[in-house]
Amino acid sequence: MKSSNNNRRKFMATTLQSVGLTALGGLLWSGYCDEAKSSPLVLRPPGAIPEEQFIDVCIKCGLCAEACVNRESNKNRDGTQREGTLKIAKGGDHKLIGTPFFVPREVPCYMCDDIPCVPVCPSEALDMESLLNEKRELDINRAKMGLAVVHKESCIAYWGLQCDACYRACPLLDEALTLEYQKNARTGKHAFLLPVVHSDICTGCGLCEKACVTEKPAIFVLPRKYSTGKVGDHYVKGWDIKDQQRVGDRKIDEIETHDERSKQKPSDYLNRGIEY
Amino acid sequence: MKKFKYLLLRRVTQIGLMFLYFSANAYGWHILEGTFGSSKLFGFIPLADPYTTLQVLSAGFLIGADVLIGALLITLFYMIVGGRAFCSWVCPINMVTDLSNWLRRKLKLDKEEVNYRFLKRRTRYWIMVLGLIVSAIVGIAAFEVFSPITIMQRGIIFGFGAGISVIVAIFLFDLFGVKNGWCGHLCPLGAFYSIIGKKSIIRVKHDHEVCTNCMECKAVCPENQVLKMINRESISVTDGECTNCGRCIDVCREDALSFAIRDFNKNKKS
Repeated sequence: MKSSNNNRRKFMATTLQSVGLTALGGLLWSGYCDEAKSSPLVLRPPGAIPEEQFIDVCIKCGLCAEACVNRESNKNRDGTQREGTLKIAKGGDHKLIGTPFFVPREVPCYMCDDIPCVPVCPSEALDMESLLNEKRELDINRAKMGLAVVHKESCIAYWGLQCDACYRACPLLDEALTLEYQKNARTGKHAFLLPVVHSDICTGCGLCEKACVTEKPAIFVLPRKYSTGKVGDHYVKGWDIKDQQRVGDRKIDEIETHDERSKQKPSDYLNRGIEY
Repeated sequence: MKKFKYLLLRRVTQIGLMFLYFSANAYGWHILEGTFGSSKLFGFIPLADPYTTLQVLSAGFLIGADVLIGALLITLFYMIVGGRAFCSWVCPINMVTDLSNWLRRKLKLDKEEVNYRFLKRRTRYWIMVLGLIVSAIVGIAAFEVFSPITIMQRGIIFGFGAGISVIVAIFLFDLFGVKNGWCGHLCPLGAFYSIIGKKSIIRVKHDHEVCTNCMECKAVCPENQVLKMINRESISVTDGECTNCGRCIDVCREDALSFAIRDFNKNKKS
């Protein structure tokens, strides 16, 4: 009886120990993974599904990067191979290890017509469907790898100097990137030729960032999540028939917004938090 | 030469496979492309790591059909034919841990058996299950975040970077820490292949009649708990943890050990 008691106690202790250590391991492991996956400013290959799904579904095989570097168009005139656009994250890159990414300032995406990196993806983390046009052909112009953003203060075109390096580099010239002409009031006789990015067309290839002449590029690509805003549903373009349809048949005086604040008088909440 | 037959064959296989993977990136060869996570053989046969695939699925996302087919092919191969052969014939970490193990023997670090209270060989099965649970919690394939196996493989193909530290850590852990610490105690992938390869047909067979009980096989075996029939009876090694590395066959001077097809009738009785 005594020995069976001892056995039971030992069994309980061992079980408890195993469960406890497993929980400890699980906590450490989860914590580490949670940190390891948070590299929000990473640019993914064309057709990549949303980042939070991409980091799981991507099986880290590297086939996209291999297709990228070994494509026919990636050779110098003398036949030697150039560096590929897509890199595979390794330790020290501070991106989820094994996943593909690119750094436009080093090697931008050249937007190959046949998109060699996408059809090879076995996990469908690079979604070919999203790059097909109406005729079901691959169309790299549908890619949305990121969005170029201009920092006006470091862009010399905004100083009044003539520079259209990014504009000339853009593969969708005059569509994704246009020049806006403005009068230079400082000199009174010159023009500003200002680069303006159009987010509905820009693919985020980064050729503009690569071409930018400033020390640190004044035009650069950010993931769309971080370079776009969102209006929300409560603003309607009254001049746009399609947008106006969202309102439906309701008359203007039927539309009322009720929230916590509606119960109060404006005089109560408008002055709140203001000290005199 | 006979003493190193399977060792050499394994090194040729491991290095050859790594060279093919390396050449896919460096020279654009279409023989074996990708990494263990997912590969393409001859440009069209998909192959995939079943444990990685399970992690992705348990994180709650669907994955492409190529990966699912690939994982199935790999699973069937090791389940029916190879057993846990991935660990000793394919995995590049095996070369690192074998080097640790060899140095341990040369430096006589194993004179005194140390009892690792917290680190049992079954720990790897816990880690394997935990890997799937953590994947489900954090929403990414959890073991792939630091798996030294794919870090080493990608290192060979794309360059190591700071990832080399993981490989050095495994080397030091196995050399000065626990004997066979990584492959024999911790690696969840090894645990996974132990389970799926349990019933495979290629097995090491022991002949009790010619065995002189010199115990060299047990000294060299990285999973020597599987050799429990030595000096007992003439049966095959049926434990899934045997990696089919063949070192025991190499070192056996009496040819008491050999690769053979599993004898199903006999094993059922015993």
